[in-house]
Amino acid sequence: MSGTSSTVSADQHYVWKRPHFIESFWVRIGIMILSAVYLVYAFSTLEIDFQRVARGIPRAMQIFSGAIPPDFAARGSLIVSGFIESIQITFLATFVGVLLSIPFGFMAARNVTILPVYGLGRAIVIVARSLHPVVLGVLFVKAVGFGAVAGVLTLLIYTIGFVGKLIAEAVEEIKYGQIEAIRSTGAGYFTILIYAVFPQIMPRLIGLTMYQLDINLRASAVIGLVGAGGIGSTLNSAFGRYDYGTASAILIVMIGLILVAETVSGKLRRFTR
Amino acid sequence: MLEIKDLVKSYGTGQPVLKGLNFSTEGKKLTAVIGSSGAGKSTMLRCINRLVTADSGQINFEGVDLLKLQGKALQNARRQIGMIFQAYNLVDRLTVMENVLSGRLGYVPFLQGAFRRFPQDDIDHAYQLLKRVGLSQYVNKRCDELSGGERQRVGVARALMQDPRILLADEPTASLDPKTSELIMELIANLTEELHLPVLINLHNVAQAKYYAARIVGLRNGVMVFDGKPDELTDEHLEKIYTSKDELSEQLNPEMETVK
Amino acid sequence: MSKLTSGPLSELTNESYHWERYTFKQKMGRYLAFFVVAGLLLWTFNTIDVFWPWVWSAPEEIQDMVSRMMPPNPYAVPEILPVLVETINIATIGTLFAVIISLPIAYFGARNVSPNKITLGIARLIIVATRSINTLIWALLFVAILGPGPMAGVVAIGFRSIGFMGKLIGESIEEMDWGPVEALQSSGSSRGHIISYAIVPQVMPTFWAVTILRWDINIRESTVLGMVGAGGIGMLFQVAIDLFRWNDVSMVLVSIVTVVLFGEVVTGLVRRKLI
Repeated sequence: MSGTSSTVSADQHYVWKRPHFIESFWVRIGIMILSAVYLVYAFSTLEIDFQRVARGIPRAMQIFSGAIPPDFAARGSLIVSGFIESIQITFLATFVGVLLSIPFGFMAARNVTILPVYGLGRAIVIVARSLHPVVLGVLFVKAVGFGAVAGVLTLLIYTIGFVGKLIAEAVEEIKYGQIEAIRSTGAGYFTILIYAVFPQIMPRLIGLTMYQLDINLRASAVIGLVGAGGIGSTLNSAFGRYDYGTASAILIVMIGLILVAETVSGKLRRFTR
Repeated sequence: MLEIKDLVKSYGTGQPVLKGLNFSTEGKKLTAVIGSSGAGKSTMLRCINRLVTADSGQINFEGVDLLKLQGKALQNARRQIGMIFQAYNLVDRLTVMENVLSGRLGYVPFLQGAFRRFPQDDIDHAYQLLKRVGLSQYVNKRCDELSGGERQRVGVARALMQDPRILLADEPTASLDPKTSELIMELIANLTEELHLPVLINLHNVAQAKYYAARIVGLRNGVMVFDGKPDELTDEHLEKIYTSKDELSEQLNPEMETVK
Repeated sequence: MSKLTSGPLSELTNESYHWERYTFKQKMGRYLAFFVVAGLLLWTFNTIDVFWPWVWSAPEEIQDMVSRMMPPNPYAVPEILPVLVETINIATIGTLFAVIISLPIAYFGARNVSPNKITLGIARLIIVATRSINTLIWALLFVAILGPGPMAGVVAIGFRSIGFMGKLIGESIEEMDWGPVEALQSSGSSRGHIISYAIVPQVMPTFWAVTILRWDINIRESTVLGMVGAGGIGMLFQVAIDLFRWNDVSMVLVSIVTVVLFGEVVTGLVRRKLI
């Protein structure tokens, strides 16, 4: 056949190496060295006191023997009321929080607001997200006292930060053509939001609310540790009293509750398409 | 009724897309706007209802300069201008009926629109339009379950729900197959004749333009280079309008037989 | 005239119609959902243990506290900085520790690849248990066992992250395409080969995404570990609050926001490079 070269000789060898993720040799080496240096440094700051760890093992045994069997009876009513309070805080904070997140979320979406409003909205959402609910809990407890009020306020801000950002992302992803069309019919700003933007983010909203219920449920348990109400304070006092039986009982119920909540919200999410 | 004077528009720091465009409607005809991509057809249309704001010039609609309007006045002007889009631009998650009714959003107060409480007259009108475009059986169907041609028919119904004084269509058939494309063009041409509505359509298919339009306007590089009746459009004119050789040859020797 | 559209509009203008946005069933469903939610909220309001006078005084109190926090005290920065670095370290090492452990756990916890029911059960149990207990609670436990210090924090972060990553990576394994595995099995490859050639490449993208995400979350978590004695900036925060040094408190808050933002910037950059 004309045009083809001569046949491959038996002596010809080919070399193939799998292409590296990072092409440049030096960049790869550089990154590896930097990572190694960082890890060595970071480990050294850990203050690993092996003696302390060794002493810790019997202590761990002590804890586990106290924790098993879990003791539901001794502080049973406290456990129940603690959990109920956590659930209440969760509900309130989630539903009110999601409602409030909607305007903040829209404010933080570049494609539907003007620049200064966008800046403000983004700033609020970022700060609300960066502060751990425990931090917010401590602040609110100092401001309004111990108990459920601090808890609700804490999770409210937490929800606005979380859901607000997710709403902003959803709004920024919508198809612009739909806004254009409604705009061209002469509709006003808020009408455009309701008719063209809202339907596109509605399904996400329902999923987000369910998801946030789960997250807030966990968070409500933790903020109790600093006095913002709910099962956290019961847990904290149990640990403080070395009452590991009650503590493990609380933890078991917590795991169960979270699992139940997740299953329910999963089913509901599928139901509402 | 619509008069454009010296319209200039550039996006960013590049060359202006519209360079002093002049145009007026004549009577209640169907006017086709042709030109290659980037000639300014889409920009011109979007400038008219202010989806895009021109840098300078005048757009006189029924005696009012649209470029000077703001807020409620602009909304009131927009609701008299109906627009059909190439990508249909329906709110996919809403039903056909809600999309058609959205044409009235420039006329109803905010709360009514938000709760979908439209006046009975609007509902009747919507049903009639849906029957006219042949979609009565889909009244409560979600728009993302419809085909392209069906969606564009909803788009047509929505635009006409506005009771507009003029209809703009930005390449309404570009996303459709040839057969459906003909259907939609027929629908637009017939309906607007029944309603005595002036129409301005951007088309990339010159054969369609020649068949349906009473007047053809050719744009090139942001200015008008042809304005006349379809049979006055000669090959030399086409050469002036379409810059690239490929586009020109495509227009002169279309692959598919699209006109009956 | 095409068959799909009907006669001229003028013939249709006399008919009147009825339209409802939702069908009866849909309306009932919406009402039901509304009443359930409203009912729950009402019950909550009624039974929640709240001292209402404190609620009404809340806005004032908050305003008062905020004014006392202004302006943040810049002289606190030298003290804050090393602790901030420690916070990042805790998050990083904790995540690393979790990465190493969660991979085998995810493997054994995935229905389609786990060798037998027992390993599946144990792995799943570990995942569920570590997931459902918050980092801070783990920290409480480990401070009790290992004593106060960043070590407890690292282990707490690690444990929590095992559950998080194990679940997501496990799901990714369960959802992967079985075809390449079959192909390798039919060519006589060992289990190890199958894992590295067919499973790992498919799960890689999820693995990176999950790791980066968890690191980001862990930075936030690390900021509060100090409050139970597990190292990091939480300790400074607690001290400042206890001593009512409000200007220091706000400076610590600023530094927390900064370090979290730093984490977000880094994760954003890495995500863009990897995806």
